[in-house]
Amino acid sequence: MKSLLLTAALCLTASGALAGKAFVSNERGNTITVLDTGTWEVITEFEGGNRPRGITLSPDGKLLYVCASDDDTVRVFDTETYEELYTLPSGPDPELFVLDRSGSPLYIANEDDNLVTVTDTQTHTILAEVPVGVEPEGMAISPDHKWVVNTSETTNMAHFISTEDYQIKHNILVDQRPRYAEYTDDGTRLFVSAEIGGTVSVIDIAEDGTPTLKQKIGFEVPGVLPEWLQPVGIRATSDGSRIFVALGPANRVAVIDGTSLEVMDYIMVGQRVWQMAFTPGEEFLVTTNGNSNDITVIDVAAQKAIKSVQVGQQPWGVAITPN
Amino acid sequence: MPKSSVPLLAAAALAVAACLAAPAAQAVEVRAGVLRVDYPALLPISRYDARPEDLDFAGAVLADEDNATTGAFLGHTYETKSVAAPPEGALAALDEMLAEGIRYVVVDARAGDLLALADRAAEAGALVLNGSAPDLALRGAECRANLLHIAPSFAMKADAIAQFAVWKKWPRWLLVSGSNPEDRALAEAYRRAAKKFGAKIVEEREFEDTGGARRTDTGHAMVQRQLPTFLQRTKEHDLVIAADATDYFAAYLPYHLWTPRPVMGSAGLRPVTMHGAHEAWGATQFQTRFEKLARRHVTEEDYNTWLALRVLGEAVTRTGSDDPAELENYILSDAFELAAFKGQKVTFRDWNGQMRQPILLYDGRITVSVSPQEGFLHQVSPLDTLGLDRPESDCTAFQ
Repeated sequence: MKSLLLTAALCLTASGALAGKAFVSNERGNTITVLDTGTWEVITEFEGGNRPRGITLSPDGKLLYVCASDDDTVRVFDTETYEELYTLPSGPDPELFVLDRSGSPLYIANEDDNLVTVTDTQTHTILAEVPVGVEPEGMAISPDHKWVVNTSETTNMAHFISTEDYQIKHNILVDQRPRYAEYTDDGTRLFVSAEIGGTVSVIDIAEDGTPTLKQKIGFEVPGVLPEWLQPVGIRATSDGSRIFVALGPANRVAVIDGTSLEVMDYIMVGQRVWQMAFTPGEEFLVTTNGNSNDITVIDVAAQKAIKSVQVGQQPWGVAITPN
Repeated sequence: MPKSSVPLLAAAALAVAACLAAPAAQAVEVRAGVLRVDYPALLPISRYDARPEDLDFAGAVLADEDNATTGAFLGHTYETKSVAAPPEGALAALDEMLAEGIRYVVVDARAGDLLALADRAAEAGALVLNGSAPDLALRGAECRANLLHIAPSFAMKADAIAQFAVWKKWPRWLLVSGSNPEDRALAEAYRRAAKKFGAKIVEEREFEDTGGARRTDTGHAMVQRQLPTFLQRTKEHDLVIAADATDYFAAYLPYHLWTPRPVMGSAGLRPVTMHGAHEAWGATQFQTRFEKLARRHVTEEDYNTWLALRVLGEAVTRTGSDDPAELENYILSDAFELAAFKGQKVTFRDWNGQMRQPILLYDGRITVSVSPQEGFLHQVSPLDTLGLDRPESDCTAFQ
């Protein structure tokens, strides 16, 4: 009997270790909410610095990086103990960043200073500051590591920065207030959302990285004013077949067919849906809903919202540990 | 042999020149002007409303910075000249700008001067952007083909308040207006708004401007005795609407009424294009950029000037042109859109040159609400529920 119980306990521990964690930055609550991606229950909530927004994980899932915008720094936490380990120099007002798949460097958008700061996560030093357009926000990195894309909200451009010399090589004008950029996994395409323009720009990427604007995707939901359809976060499945677009105050996530580039469906989620992240294997997509203070879990295959979970005040971004 | 080398060299030089000229052909140097006409004025009721010396101009500096950052990627440069002039010197100041080749001028002036300036600018093929004058006639019979209105009209602001009051189900209004012509024009906008949205002005009172003491040691004691008696024995009302465009009494109203009611319009809840505490839709970034530069909070005038020059910058960015006629065509077209920290794009009414924009309802500390309100619909844009709509406008200059 005793050994049976022990086995059961071991099994529970094992499955507990297998389940991943989702980390949600709560912009107004100044906290990070941790959820179990197996049960979707809140594990804990911890202090995340002032105005935490951009949030990402190291490739091994051990380190959590958080843009503490009002602290002008990136805070780094242990994903097991939730203790702050150290901070990284980020430049002023870091909003959103992207981490190279190797774990370094971190490319950070400095919203107030029209800069992208490149920070080495090993040596904790700034490698470069790249002047970009007004109010930089969206950040993406090409799968071959050669390009970092930044979108600037008032300049309305996607800037293509070479990671070799940190110089801007291409600029593509998109619609008003570009918020987010996402490459497909094969690197042949880039999607850029324009919040006020109400569109997603589809940009084809040539083999040498040269971008060409292919088309713009618009949105339409019966009974919702066009003004409320404000695309923000974007996630593409690894096979490129589905593109998910968070539509902000329209409280919906649009599903786009990656081949035809037609909108297939709109999934109702919480209020003011902002950013999103897949669970490993892309079984679920998690959205942060800033006005209803919750997250929505979407079943990716079924294209249905299956659960919403209360988190902290004004959830902004979400990062999920790899398996 | 040596003979032929000369033309060869010349051809090579020409080719180099052509290569250099290629990007230069795309380069655009945009030169704009901001002309602020300073009228003799009494002190405002509140020190908080004192006009900063760099009013308008600080907005222009920020717009130049924003435009230049974008322009750097396209080979476009921006330079704006800011000038303050007394009313009698306004035309001369404009002439100087036109002589320097400036073809876009943001003007902060009263309606009469604005029209004279716009007409003079028209002779030079220049475009004028109205940053302040709220008069309805400028958007109607007195409209000009080279005059675009960034500033909302009295009607847009009155409609913004009216929609909120109706949404609140506060339909019975006591209208208290001033006696100056501007105050009466504003009162008329509220009468029109009440009719348009189904509210009722149950009674009107005109508070006469006798030129009395404003901010004296004993002013508040006088106000405390006089205002309530002036406002007693009125019909039942939900709301007091203040129409005081010349700023001589409305600020006193909220706590000196006879019947305790909320005040909206020129005091209490005020319709504005922008204020220094507005944070929604990324406006925090605009505020911090402005404050770093000007070392003060933004005013409506600064924002209007910034917005006018951003309209110009956006049109240059998208067209790659600096031709006033081409830019105006683009600005008035369906293709034009601009983010202005108000949650939706601002565009232009192509029948009278008025910018469509949301109006913030501001209580002196926060954005209380933003109009148009939910449920007020329009076949073109909800923004067209604010101000003169196409069928109501007598403007023919844009046809």
